[in-house]
Amino acid sequence: MSASSRDLHAQPLTQLAAGLSRGDFSALELTQALLARIERHNGSLNAFVTVTVDEALAAAKRADADRAAGKGGVLNGLPIVHKDIFCTRDVLTTCGSRMLENFVSPYDATVVERLADAGAIMLGKSNMDEFAMGSSSETSYFGPVRNPWDTERSPGGSSGGSSAAVAARLVPAATGTDTGGSIRQPAALTGTTGLKPTYGRVSRYGMIAFASSLDQAGVITRSAGDAALLLGVMAGFDERDSTSVDRPVPDYVAGLAGSLKGVRVGVVRQHFDAGLDEHCAAAVREALAVLESQGAILTEVDLPNLDLSVPTYYVVAPAECSSNLSRFDGVRFGHRADDPEDLMDLYCRSRGEGFGAEVKRRIMTGTYVLSAGYYDAYYLKAQQVRQLISDDFRHAFADVDVIAGPTAPTPAFKLGDKTDDPVTMYLNDIYTIGANLAGLPGISVPCGFVDGLPVGLHLVGPHFAEESLLCCAHQYQQLTDWHEQCPGDYR
Amino acid sequence: MNAAWEVVIGLEIHTQLATRSKIFSGAPTAYGAEPNTQACLVDLGYPGVLPVLNEEVIRMACKFGLAVNATIAKRSIFARKNYFYPDLPKGYQISQLELPIVEHGELFIKDADGNDKRIGITRAHLEEDAGKSVHERFDRHSGIDLNRAGTPLLEIVSEPDLRSAKEAIQYMRKIHTIVRYLGISDGNMQEGSFRCDANVSVRPRGQQELGTRSELKNLNSFRFVEKAINFEVKRQIEILEDGGKVVQETRLYDSDRDETRAMRSKEEANDYRYFPDPDLLPVAISDDYIETVRKSLPELPDAKQQRFVGDYALKPGDAAILTANRLLADYFEEAARHSDAEVRLIANWIIGDLSAAMNRDGIDIGDCRIAAADLAGLVDRIHDNTISGKIAKEVFEAMWAGEGTADEVIETKGLRQITDSAAIETIVDKVIAAHPNQAADYKAGKNKLIGFFVGEVMKETGGKANPAQVNDVLRSKLGN
Repeated sequence: MSASSRDLHAQPLTQLAAGLSRGDFSALELTQALLARIERHNGSLNAFVTVTVDEALAAAKRADADRAAGKGGVLNGLPIVHKDIFCTRDVLTTCGSRMLENFVSPYDATVVERLADAGAIMLGKSNMDEFAMGSSSETSYFGPVRNPWDTERSPGGSSGGSSAAVAARLVPAATGTDTGGSIRQPAALTGTTGLKPTYGRVSRYGMIAFASSLDQAGVITRSAGDAALLLGVMAGFDERDSTSVDRPVPDYVAGLAGSLKGVRVGVVRQHFDAGLDEHCAAAVREALAVLESQGAILTEVDLPNLDLSVPTYYVVAPAECSSNLSRFDGVRFGHRADDPEDLMDLYCRSRGEGFGAEVKRRIMTGTYVLSAGYYDAYYLKAQQVRQLISDDFRHAFADVDVIAGPTAPTPAFKLGDKTDDPVTMYLNDIYTIGANLAGLPGISVPCGFVDGLPVGLHLVGPHFAEESLLCCAHQYQQLTDWHEQCPGDYR
Repeated sequence: MNAAWEVVIGLEIHTQLATRSKIFSGAPTAYGAEPNTQACLVDLGYPGVLPVLNEEVIRMACKFGLAVNATIAKRSIFARKNYFYPDLPKGYQISQLELPIVEHGELFIKDADGNDKRIGITRAHLEEDAGKSVHERFDRHSGIDLNRAGTPLLEIVSEPDLRSAKEAIQYMRKIHTIVRYLGISDGNMQEGSFRCDANVSVRPRGQQELGTRSELKNLNSFRFVEKAINFEVKRQIEILEDGGKVVQETRLYDSDRDETRAMRSKEEANDYRYFPDPDLLPVAISDDYIETVRKSLPELPDAKQQRFVGDYALKPGDAAILTANRLLADYFEEAARHSDAEVRLIANWIIGDLSAAMNRDGIDIGDCRIAAADLAGLVDRIHDNTISGKIAKEVFEAMWAGEGTADEVIETKGLRQITDSAAIETIVDKVIAAHPNQAADYKAGKNKLIGFFVGEVMKETGGKANPAQVNDVLRSKLGN
C-alpha cells in the first residue's frame, strides 16, 4: 500500500473522483484500502450485512482497465455500499430480516444497475432495520448497528448501516431508502448528509417495498456536492416503475454553484414546539442565522396539520406494508418453516419465524386498518389527512423556496432506549414524515453538535426542487465545517 | 318451472383477453406451455418487482365497453384484493373495485315470447388471473404452475335481470359472440378463457325484494351453466317450500354428479381488504382515445344480423345463426358474393349440410374443408339445373372428402342432370310399358301414383333426370 493510499478513506467522493482521474491512485488501491478498513471496523459498528470482497476487487480491476482504455462512467472506480433493501444480482439481499436471510436476488435494482453502469464499485450491503421498519437500526435480524460517534448509541434508522459506514469513513457514499425519514434521520444522527428525492424521481424497481406510496431511494454522503454527483446518475424515468416520473434530470453538480442571496427560507412555527431538544434547537437556529447572513430571507410558515403526520403515517405505511409483505409466504423464496403440517401451518410458521416483532406489529396494524368496518375510519381518513398535509406544504411553498428546521428531535439516543416504546420511537420521525406524505424532496446536513453528538438541519423543497435544495445545502457547507467532522475513533 | 316462483340470475363472466403479454409484465400468455416457463419475476411476485400496465388491455376493455353501449371511465383505478393462496404469488390480486373501466352497459336477448329484453351490464373491470395448483403427480404435496398468473381478465358483471337458465345462456352466448367479434378473446372455454359464476336466487312471483342468493362457481361450459342453475333453482325452491331458508353461500358445481354443493366456509371467509394499488397510476382515458377505439370497432352481431335480414332477405332466425360467429358470417357473405343463385339457398346450405358436416367432424368454420367460393359453385350448379338438390348432397359429400370442386366432382362421377327431353321420353315410355297396371290405375284417377312413376324414372337414370321435366313428360304421356 502506498503512503498516499493510507488516508484515501478520509477523502470525500468528489475528491476521490478527481484523484482517480488524475491517476494519483487506482480504483483497485482505493477498493483495497476501504475493504481493509471495513474489515478492521465493521466488528464495532455492524454496518455491513455482506461485504462483497471478490466482486469489488474484480469491479475495481475492470474500472481501472476502463479508465486506461479511455472509457468509464462518471463514477468510475468510486466505492459505494447499497442498503440491503436493494436487490443485487447474485449477492445476498436480506432486508435485515430472517425471512430473507438466504435470499439471493436474480436481478439488480434499477438504482444498483445505474450506479454500476456509471462505474461505481459495490463494496457490500449495509445493515438496516428489518424491512426498513424502524428509526434506530435495532430491528435488524443481524443485530443493531452502532453509531461511530458513540457505539453505545444508535446511528438512526432505518438506513443506519449506510449512515454509520459513511460517518466512520468505511465508504464515501451509500444508498438508502426513506419512507418516513429513513435517510435523513440517520444522516442527522451520524453527522452525514442524507438526501431523499421527490417521490418518483428515482426508480423504486428492485427496492424491496415497505410502503409503496412513500418509499423513495436516495443517498447518504459526506456532502451535498457528493449527493449531487450520485443523484444525477440515479435519477430519471424507469419504464419498470410506473410511479417514476418522466422528466429531464438536471445537472445537479452544475446547480450547486448558485447563491443563497434572496432565497426565501420558511421556518416552521410548530417545529420549535415542545418535543425538540433545546440544544438541538439552538444548533438549528444558528444554522438558520448562517443562511440569513448569506442573504437568505427567513420567513415564518405554518404547517397546521404537522402533528397529524405521525398518526397518518402509521396508518398509511402499515396498511401498504401489510399487503406488500404478503408475498413472503414461504412458498417461492425466503424462509420456509420445517415440515409444515398443512398450508396454514406453512404460512403461520414461516411468517411467524421469519418476521421480527416490529414487522409483525406493523402488519397487524395495517391489516386492521384495511379491514371491513375499519377502512373508512382509518385508511380513508388517513388519506384525507394526507391530502391536508400536502395542501399545507403547497400553501407554504407559495411563499418560500425551502423549509428549514430540525431533522430529528434529539441527537443519537442510546441503543435499547426506545425499543420498548414504539410510539416514542415513531415520534423520532415527526419532522421528516411530512415530506414523505407529500412526496417532497428533503435533505439533512450536519449543523452542529450536542455533547459530542451530531445534529442535523433539515431542508425540504417543492416537488422536483432537488437542484435548489442541493444548492442551499452546498452553499451552507461552503460556510461551515460540521460535515467535515469525523468521529475520533475512525479518523 | 314452478309458476309460483320467480328466478333471478346475475352472471359474472371472466373472459381472458387475447394479449400477447401479461397484464402487468412482459411474459408471454401462451397456453399449454411447460409449467412455470411463461412467468417472469413480476409474475412470480419477487421482492422489489413492480407491475407495469399493458396498454393493450385498456384498448380491449374500451372496445368491449363501446360494444355494449357502456360508459368508459375517464379515470379508473386498480386495487389490491388481499388474500393468501399458494397460486397467488404476491398475496394479493390486482383488480378493480371502485372506478372500474367500464360501467352501465346493456345488451338485448329474446324473452320467452320472442320480444327483445334488455339485460343491464353493471360493470366490466380488469384484473390479473392467478396461477394454478397442480395436485396430480405429487405425493402429499401440491405443485404450483404460475404460467397463468398475470394473464389479463375482463370480468363482466350483469345486473340481476336474467329470469331463467335459458336467458342466462342466451346472455352468455351473446357476450361470447361479442368478445370474439371484437377479437379481444378467443373465448376458448376448454382452456378457461371464458368462464362464469352465477348468482342465483328465487322469490315468490310478484315480490319486489330479492331472495337470498347463492353464488355458483366453476361453470366452464354453456351446458354446465344451464344445468347448475336449474339444479340450484330446484334446490332453493324445495328448501323454501319446506319452510326453510336459503343460506347465502358460495357453491361449486360438480359436473360429474350434476349438483352444486357448498364450499367449506373457511374457503370463503375472506375479508379482501381492498385498497388502491400504490404501484399503479390511475388510468386516464381521453375522449379522443375513446373515439379512435370506436372507429376501430367491427360491425357487431346485432347490426350484422339486421343487415343480413335487410340486404339478403334472410329469415331473422337464419340471420341469427349465421351471425353468431363472425367467421361464419364472413363465410356466408363470401359465398353469396361468388354465387348467382338465390342467397337463401346459400344460407340453407351453410346452416344445413355444411354445419352438420362441421359438427360431425368437430371442425370450426375457420378450418372448413370447403372454401366459400366452392360452396357457391355447388349451389350454382343446382341453380342452373346442372344437378338436382338430391344429387347435390352427394356432390357435397365428395367435396367435403376433398375430391375437388363441384364441377370436378360432377364431371368425374358423371352426375350431370339429364335435360334432353328425347332421352327422358324414351325412359318414361319404358317405365310406363313396364308397369301397365299402375298406368291403368293412374288413368282411372289414382293421381298419387305420379310419385311412383317419378321414382321409377329416377331409379332408371340414377337420379340424374331433371325432376320437373320428368313430371311434365309423365303427365302428358299418362294423359291427365
